[in-house]
Amino acid sequence: MKTIHVATEVNGDNVEFVCAPDESLLDVLRNRLGLTGVKEGCGTGDCGACSVTLNGRLVCSCLVLGAEVEGATIGTIEGMARADVLHPLQQSFIDHAALQCGICTPGILVAAKALLDKNPDPTDTELRYWLAGNLCRCTGYDKIIHAVQDAAKKMRTV
Amino acid sequence: MALDSNNKRVFKVVGTRPPRPDGIEKVTGRALYGADVSAPGMLVGRILRSPHAHAAILSIDTSAAEALAGVKAVITAQDFAVQDDSALRDVQENCMARGKVLYDGHAVAAVAALTPAIAKAALKLIKVTYKALPHVTDVDVAMRPDAPVVQAGRSFENVPAGMAENVTSQCEFGHGDLAAGFAAAALIVERSFTTAAVHQGYIEPQACLASMTADGKADLWCCTQGQYHVRALCAALLGMEASQLRVTASEIGGGFGGKTTVFIEPVALALSRKSGKPVKIVMTRDEVFKATGPTVSSSIDVKIGMTKDGRITAGEAHLRYSGGAFHCGTIDMGAQAAFAAYDLQAVRTLGWNVLTNRPKEVAYRAPGAPQAIYAVESVVDELCQKLGLDPLDVRLKNAARKGTKSSYGPTFDDIGLMATLEAAKAHPHYTAPLAPGQGRGLSAGFWFNFGGNTCVSLNINTDGTVGITEGNPDIGGSRAAISQMAAEELGIPYEKVRTIIADTSSLGHNDITDGSRVTFAVGLATIKAAQDAIQKMCARVATLWEIDAEAVVWEDGCAKPSGPNAGQFPPMTLAEIAAISFNTGGPIAGHHEFNADGAGVSFGVHLVDVEVDRETGATKVLRYTVFQDAGKAVHPSYVEGQMQGGAVQGIGWALNEEYIYGEDGRLQNAGFLDYRVPVASDLPNIETVILEIPNPGHPYGVRGVGETPIVPPLAALSNAVSRAIGLRMNRLPMSPPRILAALSAKR
Amino acid sequence: MRYAKPNTAAEASALLRQETGITRILAGGTDVMVQLKAGLVEPDLIVDIKHIGGLRDITPEAGGFRIGAAVSGAELGAHAGVVGLWPGVVEGFELIGSTQVQGRATMAGNLCNGSPAADSVPGLVAANAVARICGPSGERDCPIQDIPVAPGRISLAKGEFITSILLPGRPERSGDAYLRFIPRTEMDIAVAAAAVSLTLDKAGKVVAARVVLGAVAPTVKLVGPAADAILGTSLDDAALAALAAACSAACSPIDDKRGTIVFRTEVAGVLAKRAALIAYKRAGGQK
Repeated sequence: MKTIHVATEVNGDNVEFVCAPDESLLDVLRNRLGLTGVKEGCGTGDCGACSVTLNGRLVCSCLVLGAEVEGATIGTIEGMARADVLHPLQQSFIDHAALQCGICTPGILVAAKALLDKNPDPTDTELRYWLAGNLCRCTGYDKIIHAVQDAAKKMRTV
Repeated sequence: MALDSNNKRVFKVVGTRPPRPDGIEKVTGRALYGADVSAPGMLVGRILRSPHAHAAILSIDTSAAEALAGVKAVITAQDFAVQDDSALRDVQENCMARGKVLYDGHAVAAVAALTPAIAKAALKLIKVTYKALPHVTDVDVAMRPDAPVVQAGRSFENVPAGMAENVTSQCEFGHGDLAAGFAAAALIVERSFTTAAVHQGYIEPQACLASMTADGKADLWCCTQGQYHVRALCAALLGMEASQLRVTASEIGGGFGGKTTVFIEPVALALSRKSGKPVKIVMTRDEVFKATGPTVSSSIDVKIGMTKDGRITAGEAHLRYSGGAFHCGTIDMGAQAAFAAYDLQAVRTLGWNVLTNRPKEVAYRAPGAPQAIYAVESVVDELCQKLGLDPLDVRLKNAARKGTKSSYGPTFDDIGLMATLEAAKAHPHYTAPLAPGQGRGLSAGFWFNFGGNTCVSLNINTDGTVGITEGNPDIGGSRAAISQMAAEELGIPYEKVRTIIADTSSLGHNDITDGSRVTFAVGLATIKAAQDAIQKMCARVATLWEIDAEAVVWEDGCAKPSGPNAGQFPPMTLAEIAAISFNTGGPIAGHHEFNADGAGVSFGVHLVDVEVDRETGATKVLRYTVFQDAGKAVHPSYVEGQMQGGAVQGIGWALNEEYIYGEDGRLQNAGFLDYRVPVASDLPNIETVILEIPNPGHPYGVRGVGETPIVPPLAALSNAVSRAIGLRMNRLPMSPPRILAALSAKR
Repeated sequence: MRYAKPNTAAEASALLRQETGITRILAGGTDVMVQLKAGLVEPDLIVDIKHIGGLRDITPEAGGFRIGAAVSGAELGAHAGVVGLWPGVVEGFELIGSTQVQGRATMAGNLCNGSPAADSVPGLVAANAVARICGPSGERDCPIQDIPVAPGRISLAKGEFITSILLPGRPERSGDAYLRFIPRTEMDIAVAAAAVSLTLDKAGKVVAARVVLGAVAPTVKLVGPAADAILGTSLDDAALAALAAACSAACSPIDDKRGTIVFRTEVAGVLAKRAALIAYKRAGGQK
């Protein structure tokens, strides 16, 4: 298979890579760009661990081809904190013990941020449905919901 | 010091909720999990798996795969020695089939290649000739005399003659006169139940990186709950000495018991040995479902007698568990746990393990207990309904307590069941009104908890900080809890302590992170290591002060003169002692190694309200409250997290999760699309109430908390649904088609 | 495998026609990527149609809307005009997968995947929607209900692909709704599904109706007798019971890991009843 050259923007940086035509964006991010914060839990869009934003839209990077992202803007968990200052959601997850094993955490943080960017004051029900594609097997979701709501509250008062 | 005493002590650090040490790494994506580690020049390992539920392997031709450009090694079972020990032989044959494939997804060969594409192409070039054999996946069918035999000659001697060859073991527990007990009952209810095999469903698939050099030394990085156990198994399977294999546990993306054995690790090592290169294997989700361990499926008969006023007169259970194609001992734990919550004069459980053509069972959170207790708690609830008794009052009346001879033998010491039941009764949830179509269920739950082999090093750094080296992968925040206990014992702030998890070459043996043992046993070893360091620090100070070592005491993080010397010298802080340690005898460290005993059993009670859509059979969980005895909650947030996470796994088990097999014996739902774990929108908040009845076996009173919470949800949900629809459900999962079918049958 | 991203529909059609091997069209990719991962298909050519002019547009047309084949669920759900006119179509489409899947998935892709359980298709058929197809001999229009042929198979010829779907305009006092049954609240494939589109007269009587079932037959099923059962009624209990019975009678489902024949047959009727009531309310009917 002939590889494809792609120029794109990841977390505000211009990057270039080559990939096979059938290579997923998830594999590109992890294996070619070293962004292993993007996790693979299923590879079929069922778990949300590989969530990233693509041109501002929340997607599963396992359901995107690397070849598709020419000229796109991609956001991953690695771009969420500003230097050493955590995003309020990240801080809130630590403060509220909203992670146990942490494997789903990057995807959930990216997904939660995408929601708060468009709806700064979601109800618990809206939040639970928005995050339905992000499986967490450790927490039972309770502390995740509290952590996102508390971060949302803090973000609204800033 | 309040050492080894049960007096209520005032804690400074234990019981607080500090941030976890691995928090920032995990919220920024920097934490390294199993698949995140790479090595220069590493190859990609892939495994060829059986498409048959049961078949003889007539031949395997790997020549075409070996000839493919970019393929560096191909292995089969021939690359592993035949093990004498039957347990090791099972592990080896589960990792790579020998002679027969025993389940859909059973590994038969593996390749290491330059790229994933080449590895995939190579797998297609391996020619395996199978002869399909009759298969069996259902536990009850496998017990029939004419059932296909999964593995011959595997039955233990205690299996009675005449039972099917798939029955590998029998166990029996109990005491008292059953006949007299049942004769004294006003009502006897006897019911049969089944539960499906369910998977732990950790979000991180198994992954490892193995690197072996020509001199036989190897390094292995993997996501596991027990690096020492991985070392023992891999060393045995590859014929290595333990010292030559260093295993490093990565961060672990969930385990719940499922990462307590090996699947891909020996394969990666064998491929690395053959290819002379590092080899990485990452399982796909499909492989995780097909070839790692789900829990046992079960078929259980329960008979319980009760007086009119709710006293249980006798209880009996027959339990049939299948842990797949290899023997497993989970039945023993189920048969022991079934009636553990009750103080009974007459009780008997009889259990059998049965082979089926399914993947080898691996532990799943309180292995064996949820199924057994589901059956017992369902029958108790039905008796309460039929006799018009309050289900909490009946459980209070019959609850095991201090001095109760348990149904499995030992006599209980201080236990928290009564307190937990009373807390449930006093909670507003128990008396909140229910609307028509809704039902409330409750169940008690129990887990033994374990201690086990543990080894901890605690180093006093010269700047007054402390480094702890322990050997148990952190699956729920244990590094925070261990740091808290060290800080508590040493009398220093939590922030001064950092706990890391050692590789197998850096610290003595530690048992697996299982049995809810880590906060208890590693915590206890940490406390004892701290005491060891304190003793050494006191000795150093005594030399400085030129007084007897016994005349120095440790209080509030300082060495102080005591007795006749009290007040003679200003106290010396840990930091001050550490700073001059090079001049007082060298570095200071504490150690402790032991086989921990006294883990202290744990009880919980769950309350749940559901609403059932009578036209579709769909169940909605409206409200859920968990009550559990934690002994002492070291980090209450993480205790709550265990209670909530376990409850939700149990909810999934009760309502929708199951391994579904086709007529061909192949797994139909090897993915998160159709293996339906609960999603966020399925659930309400999970309320928690922590009880603290100190465990006499731990200086702070700590009990394990991780496993008990998955035990009660099965019966709690089943009782709630049964009360909501006015019909007793006796099969899990209670998926909508089953509930609707039950309702239709009634109409 | 090769990846192509043509800029015109004609170019895409030519690529698809000329390829002798296996081709797949990539719009949202939420089915194709899963099939690639599972090794169910190994295409020789993937044609990404998202760069073709107009395929990401939603355009008013003849009182309705033309939806480009590459419009995602998230984009459609944010379009007030379409949501106002065809809420049942939008809700069906938006039920597919997670938020993440909605960021990519397309109705045309859902249709062309050929699944009998496709969530957006019953609503489209109930709406009398029409697909515009580009192919070797130019453009043609085709009613949605004529596209699925069998599980996993559609009626498009080699070189053909859908460029847009027209949701027609509709009379006053019209409403539609879609309901599916899944074991969880999200993330599942429909076990049974029903879409109802209806128009009322001023008195609140149903004067036009289309009832379509999903996941209970090899393809989505337009159930004429079910529509007849509610015509001229105000969805009284007898009419609803007749509707449910007609739906159940039209089912020819299978037993599988997601549900049983009995369950699907019964629940299809229940869902049709409930969807009809929602559609009725949306049409302005008072109960």
